[in-house]
Amino acid sequence: MVENVEDKVKDLLKKIEDGEVVDKKEDIDALKKRKLITLQTWKAYSLRKGPKYAPERKKAATDLTRDHLQRGDWKDLEFKEYNLSAQGQPIQVGYLQPLLEVREEIQNIFLQMGFEEMPTNNFVESSFWNFDALFQPQQHPARDSHDTFFLKVPAATRQLPEDYVERVKRVHESGGYGSKGYGYDWKREEADKNLLRTHTTAVSTRMLYMLAQQDAIKLLLIHFVYCYLMSGVICDHGLTLADLLGVLEDFFTRLGMSKLRFKPAYNPYTEPSMEVFSYHEGLKKWVEVGNSGMFRPEMLLPMGLPEDVNVIAWGLSLERPTMILYGIDNIRDLFGPKVDFNLIKNNPICRLGLL
Amino acid sequence: MPTVSVGRDRLFEALGESYTQEDFEKLCFEFGIELDDVTTEKAIIRKERHLEGKEEDEDEEVIYKIEVAANRYDLLCLEGIARALRIFIGKEEIPVFKISDVPPKSMLKMHVRPETALVRPFVVCAVLRGITFDEARYNSFIDLQDKLHQNICRKRTLVAIGTHDLDTIQGPFSYEALPPPEINFVPLKQVKSFGANELLEFYRSDMKLKKFLHIIENSPVYPVIYDSNRTVLSLPPIINGAHSAITLKTKNVFIECTATDLTKANIVLNTMVTMFSEYCEKKFEVEPVEVVYSDGRSSIYPDLTVSNMEVSLSDITGPIGISLEASEVVPLLNKMQLRAGKSLTTNGNCNIIVSVPPTRSDILHARDVMEDVAIAYGFNNIPKSKPKCMTTGGQQPLNRFSDKIRAEVSRAGYMEVLTWVLCSHEENFAMLRRNDDGEKAVIIANPRSSDFEVVRTSLMSCLLKTVKHNIDHPRPVKIFEVGDVVILDAARDVGAANNRRLAALYCNVTSGFEEILGLVERIMKVVRAPHVQVSDNYMRPSNEPEFFPNRQCSIILHEKQIGHFGIVHPEVLKKFGIPDPCSYVEIDIQALL
Repeated sequence: MVENVEDKVKDLLKKIEDGEVVDKKEDIDALKKRKLITLQTWKAYSLRKGPKYAPERKKAATDLTRDHLQRGDWKDLEFKEYNLSAQGQPIQVGYLQPLLEVREEIQNIFLQMGFEEMPTNNFVESSFWNFDALFQPQQHPARDSHDTFFLKVPAATRQLPEDYVERVKRVHESGGYGSKGYGYDWKREEADKNLLRTHTTAVSTRMLYMLAQQDAIKLLLIHFVYCYLMSGVICDHGLTLADLLGVLEDFFTRLGMSKLRFKPAYNPYTEPSMEVFSYHEGLKKWVEVGNSGMFRPEMLLPMGLPEDVNVIAWGLSLERPTMILYGIDNIRDLFGPKVDFNLIKNNPICRLGLL
Repeated sequence: MPTVSVGRDRLFEALGESYTQEDFEKLCFEFGIELDDVTTEKAIIRKERHLEGKEEDEDEEVIYKIEVAANRYDLLCLEGIARALRIFIGKEEIPVFKISDVPPKSMLKMHVRPETALVRPFVVCAVLRGITFDEARYNSFIDLQDKLHQNICRKRTLVAIGTHDLDTIQGPFSYEALPPPEINFVPLKQVKSFGANELLEFYRSDMKLKKFLHIIENSPVYPVIYDSNRTVLSLPPIINGAHSAITLKTKNVFIECTATDLTKANIVLNTMVTMFSEYCEKKFEVEPVEVVYSDGRSSIYPDLTVSNMEVSLSDITGPIGISLEASEVVPLLNKMQLRAGKSLTTNGNCNIIVSVPPTRSDILHARDVMEDVAIAYGFNNIPKSKPKCMTTGGQQPLNRFSDKIRAEVSRAGYMEVLTWVLCSHEENFAMLRRNDDGEKAVIIANPRSSDFEVVRTSLMSCLLKTVKHNIDHPRPVKIFEVGDVVILDAARDVGAANNRRLAALYCNVTSGFEEILGLVERIMKVVRAPHVQVSDNYMRPSNEPEFFPNRQCSIILHEKQIGHFGIVHPEVLKKFGIPDPCSYVEIDIQALL
């Protein structure tokens, strides 16, 4: 027998009925489980007039629409605060290649300086115009199969100006025009070999040869734009090395590189040859930015140009300015099939020539 | 440009002065050589073996890698660089090289057999008497031969140098060309005797020597040099005999240079003797050798003649653009190792007589003299001027037109790409379901890899490759390129001509045929001009293998096909690894100009 039956549940319910507090978690859970109690939330509000009290309700507008303009109610409307951290709509836009944007600016500089562009759209060239006519000897390392793409089809050129070829052969073999020449057996087969043009100087050579065939030698300033290489050539009576230095200073200053130094260098078809260095403020060092020189008399005189005509020339690759300009480490990210689309899309405007 | 490694401390010792790296770089810059790298022997070895880390010890000898001009063979060793710089900074007089007085009877002789004309016709020789080597000098002597072999000798094809301990061999010598079975000797660094055929076979696995075998291996006779006791001195251009090898103790050195080019053989021999006669008992003196041909002709080498060049003062100062007196030009030339004096011509002009020493084979023309004056004066000291001419600028119409087309297509929402002109044969043909009929494509004879086998005849493979590399980019992908293809053309002197093309590609989950059609319509709308009459039915159904059947057209202008567009054939897409459909257009824009 049990003397007292303690009905805990009854006691609890009694307590609740009496308005007392039941606060033990296990008690509450037990009652909940048996669905003897349920949770109810009561909310209470206290209302009074605020500073923006109005008898009629106004909805804050988010955008200015045609309707607002027609109704003219935009004056009375409350506009919602704009969330400036929200992104704009992606825009539909096309993109130009960053490297070609740089090319365009440099080309503009050439045009401003009075240079005329020459055609460079002849990738297939003969060794004659690419090397021999430039007084580049046939055993020169640049003519090695390691450095030049020779062609299987079309393997050889079909025609060359024969009397000029003869003069070029002589200047290589035994000199003339005040030169000792290289003293070797010059071979026609080597000159006939076709190749993929290795430099735009091959085009200059054709242009200068054509110029020499005219009665009066007119001054010629030409520039070449070919993919990521550019060069400038000036041909005139009595040009000097001092003129070359002056033109280079003008040209590179327009590119934003006014602090220049010139280093003696070697190139088979220019004498003197100079490398152009520019001081880079960011890198805190001198950086090579181009190559330059005066074409050798052994190249110009066999063409038939008068003795007092000199040709000064320089070239630069777009690679370095582009990489410095855009902070790109690898030029392969910028062109070729392995280009990164995002790089093209996110590239800033080219400011070359704006400074 | 060749690079010469020299020990920094030895170089400074030879210059008689220590420089900070910055000051030395400045001196190099003015003279026209370049300090390319500063390293140590151990660092080079670490780099070769790809070993990481480990900073160099303090006591490692610092090595300067100096880049020199490709035509200055006299700067290919420490001796030459130090001498040139000493003279440049005025610390030393220009050396005078002397051929020692040897009575004709006791002069060493080299007899040349006529058969050598079949394989390597020339030989020139000289002797360095009473030379003192130490380890550094000896290494420099070997390195210079290596550098000459790599550069002017064109990997030994034009000239090959052999150096011998003269006290181990007996003149007169003979330069012969014999069938390989008749040649037998112990080569350098070996102990057993080899037949010539056997030796070439042996060197086929030698990393260094195998590159030179091709020079003689197909010749019926091999060049070989014997002494009077039939001891083999060398089998040029492959290897010397072990018998006459030079050592640190060698006192008298016999140098022979065999060649296919006599001018270069002389330059090489002169470079060897002018550099190392510095260490001879009689400084800068070289003993001659008579080379006797079978027809009785004979020449004495080395030819250390100083050649005189008379240059008018105005031919020097005029092209530089400065005015200098002859008395100012002479010391400048001296700094560059050129002795000079002035002479007055009958009409009162001043000429400079320049003596070109045997070390300066690069001086071919008055222009080279002018350059040396400009260098010695300092390129950076020349007052700059401007050409006195007026010209107007201009652009190539085709290039300007291309720019306008590029702008138009980019405005249509396409992204411009720039790809290579070369591609593999497969990419240009088989992967586009096309056959090479041999009538169109320029083929490379010496491709370095399969990526460079042909010049592209269309831009299609280039754009497909570009899409493939950006395969994860959100769709749609809309790209274009304006670029050149090259097509065989019998009317051109070289047999091929460029053609400017526009290509555009659309890639998405659906084909985008209408997108490309829209672009074609836009292009054909904006190119109209009095001389470019676009007819209403410029699109005609076509049947090109790279496009999907019935979803392709050709573009016709003035009754000529100038382009194609359509959905890219699924087999082409599969070959390029593109899972989504693409539409493509390519137009000859040269025809629209």
